Amino acid sequence: MDPDQSEDSPSNSANSHGPTQPQSPFPDEVLEKVLSFIDSRKDRSSVSLVRKDWYNAERWTRSKLFIGNCYSVSPEIVARRFPRIKSVTLKGKPRFSDFNMLPRDWGANVHSWLVMFAKVYPFLEELRLKRMTVTDESLELLAKSFPRFKALTLSSCDGFSDNGLKAIASHCRNLTELDIQDSVTDDVGGGWLSCFPENFASLEVLNFSSLNCEVSFDDLERLVGRCKSLRVLKVNDSITLDQLRRLLVHAPQLMELGTGSFMQELTPRQYEDIESAFSNCRNLQVLSGLWEATSLYLPVLYGACASLTFLNLSDVALQSSEFAKLLVHCPNLRRLWVIDTVEDKGLEALGSSCPLLEELRVFPSDPYDRHHRDGVTELGFLAVSRGCRKLRYVLYFCRRMTNAAVVTIVQNCPDFTHFRLCIMTPGQPDYLTNEPMDEAFAAVVKTCTKLKRLSVSGLLTDLTFEYIGKYAKNLETLSVAFAGSSDWGMQCVLEGCPKLRKLEIRDCPFGNAALLSGREKYEMMRSLWMSSCNVTMKGCRLLAREMPRLNVEVIKDEGNDDGQADRVYVYRSVAGPRRDAPPFVLTL
Amino acid sequence: MEFESDLNLKATELRLGLPGRDESEEQSSSCVKKNKRSSSEMDSSSEHQESGPSAPKAQVVGWPPVRSYRKNVLQQQKKPESDGSGMFVKVSMDGAPYLRKIDLKCYKNYFDLLKALENMFKCTIGVYSEREGYNGSEYAPTYEDKDGDWMLVGDVPWDMFITSCKRLRIMKGSEAKGLGCL
Repeated sequence: MDPDQSEDSPSNSANSHGPTQPQSPFPDEVLEKVLSFIDSRKDRSSVSLVRKDWYNAERWTRSKLFIGNCYSVSPEIVARRFPRIKSVTLKGKPRFSDFNMLPRDWGANVHSWLVMFAKVYPFLEELRLKRMTVTDESLELLAKSFPRFKALTLSSCDGFSDNGLKAIASHCRNLTELDIQDSVTDDVGGGWLSCFPENFASLEVLNFSSLNCEVSFDDLERLVGRCKSLRVLKVNDSITLDQLRRLLVHAPQLMELGTGSFMQELTPRQYEDIESAFSNCRNLQVLSGLWEATSLYLPVLYGACASLTFLNLSDVALQSSEFAKLLVHCPNLRRLWVIDTVEDKGLEALGSSCPLLEELRVFPSDPYDRHHRDGVTELGFLAVSRGCRKLRYVLYFCRRMTNAAVVTIVQNCPDFTHFRLCIMTPGQPDYLTNEPMDEAFAAVVKTCTKLKRLSVSGLLTDLTFEYIGKYAKNLETLSVAFAGSSDWGMQCVLEGCPKLRKLEIRDCPFGNAALLSGREKYEMMRSLWMSSCNVTMKGCRLLAREMPRLNVEVIKDEGNDDGQADRVYVYRSVAGPRRDAPPFVLTL
Repeated sequence: MEFESDLNLKATELRLGLPGRDESEEQSSSCVKKNKRSSSEMDSSSEHQESGPSAPKAQVVGWPPVRSYRKNVLQQQKKPESDGSGMFVKVSMDGAPYLRKIDLKCYKNYFDLLKALENMFKCTIGVYSEREGYNGSEYAPTYEDKDGDWMLVGDVPWDMFITSCKRLRIMKGSEAKGLGCL
């Protein structure tokens, strides 16, 4: 039974008709008290399966709800099972929606959930949404329905504007967290920030770095000055360096800082002042933003870097030399996000300066190859693997790679849990040997026994997938693009990876046989995405017919052959077919 | 992770590839998408294909998997003034085999210009001081003015500079020592 399921499982409901269960040794109150200490979702799921009274005790004591796919269950079912929820995490669209692969208005609108929560969970305190559509109407409902509401996270969401945020700022008296991560809307003015009441001082987390708006700096400064418990502040690039200095003077206790624009002509005096403001931030663990920072002003940061564990440079295109100089001051770095303008040379410096590194993400400055930049190659990755033996998470965009390099890299760093390699030209072989990259990923799955997430790229035959099926026994998420030779590849994965939960495939020669071979497996998974493969409507209909507990949704492209199933999204659900599907989503 | 198509700023963009290579000014936005995906359903920020004289790479929707909402980090200059005529000058750097050309109108001040030059030529120019010029820096920026004299960049007010600058030369710091204000 998958630990992610938060809904009534079919096996549980059978209990009510079975033989009477023996008397429990514990009174309900004791059981509930004990269970109230259990936080882990997996443990709670296991607990709920033991016997009926445990199931009941568990549902009465669960306060945190996690729903990984908002369509896998309905608000009504959730409300019936869990009466006392204080915190909800809801995820909506499939991940490929981040890359424009899903039409607008596809769904994942939070409103119907909020309507239910307002009725059933008036004491809701936290709401964390990812890839959901959130309208102003929803935010207004949220702001007015939950007097104890404290924490709102909107991660990669859309659909809201200034008005919705104004409602939150005005009405949520006990707000401690407002975190708008990577959520972009067209229509956000900055007036919302000024709506926090004058006596409002409870904020601990404020992140509006991805919003394209200008806030009133005076109001922001006053807000930051009042909120003595503020530990996370991430502003957007409308805030200048000098303004940032003033904020830092109010909040030297910050643990996470996202700066504004780092480009401003400063007088020497201003330079000194901001340098000292940074030096006073002795608790800084996370740093991001730094838009347009250059070698001229990066040094003002140095005094704040000693305790940095996460440095996010994905908004600023640094060169290798200034990057290397900055790293010297960051010996405790565990996580780094950077743009490939630092090149291999920069990554060599990383290998030397940051031995504690556990996570590295290198993003492309030139993803569509318009400028013919070098970016990073296998050499940079190798250099990091030599110096940073604790590496366990990597996301690496590059234009060339070799099998030999990857083999060495995983030998250096066998503890990878997340290995996401993106060779940007589809179907590109090992650039030295011209062979497929099969051996590279074979080495990854054989050596990294803890691997949970894998993204493959380059020229790959079915062999890669045979290896994955054979060795990747802890794999939970697999992303595949422009790879494989036949249905056999996908079948190997579906048969071989017992813990697989999410499978996303695009532009691969996998067809109906592969799709259907996983029919039972999909009930154990969160979802399957297949786009631009060889799957047909017929195959999808067959799957839908055989597996009534799966939703099989097809998004067709206009003008394409009627038989082809262009984009297929399959997921288990106890809520039945979507009731809010737009016309271009066909549920079979 | 997000990067936007840089269609509109193409004309003023500083490219960081080999000097001298040209791409077409016009961007043809023919969408070459696999499997004839309909563009009407897609977000308007979808990638468009660019077909320059250099080998056109077919651009596929959603590939590479980077997010589209951030500003393109290679374009950090402010938008140019809309009078449109441009003020292109040649830029040479000691040791580089090709010259480049930049539009002075793209920059508001010396800071912007020097930063762009640093990015373009991957060098460190350092900070200007009235007394010492760029002493101590690896490179120093100089320019030829209307009178044909070679001047150190930074001595005169910016507006005066852009009207009198005919071409730029990034000199090795060691050679530039004699050009400071005496």
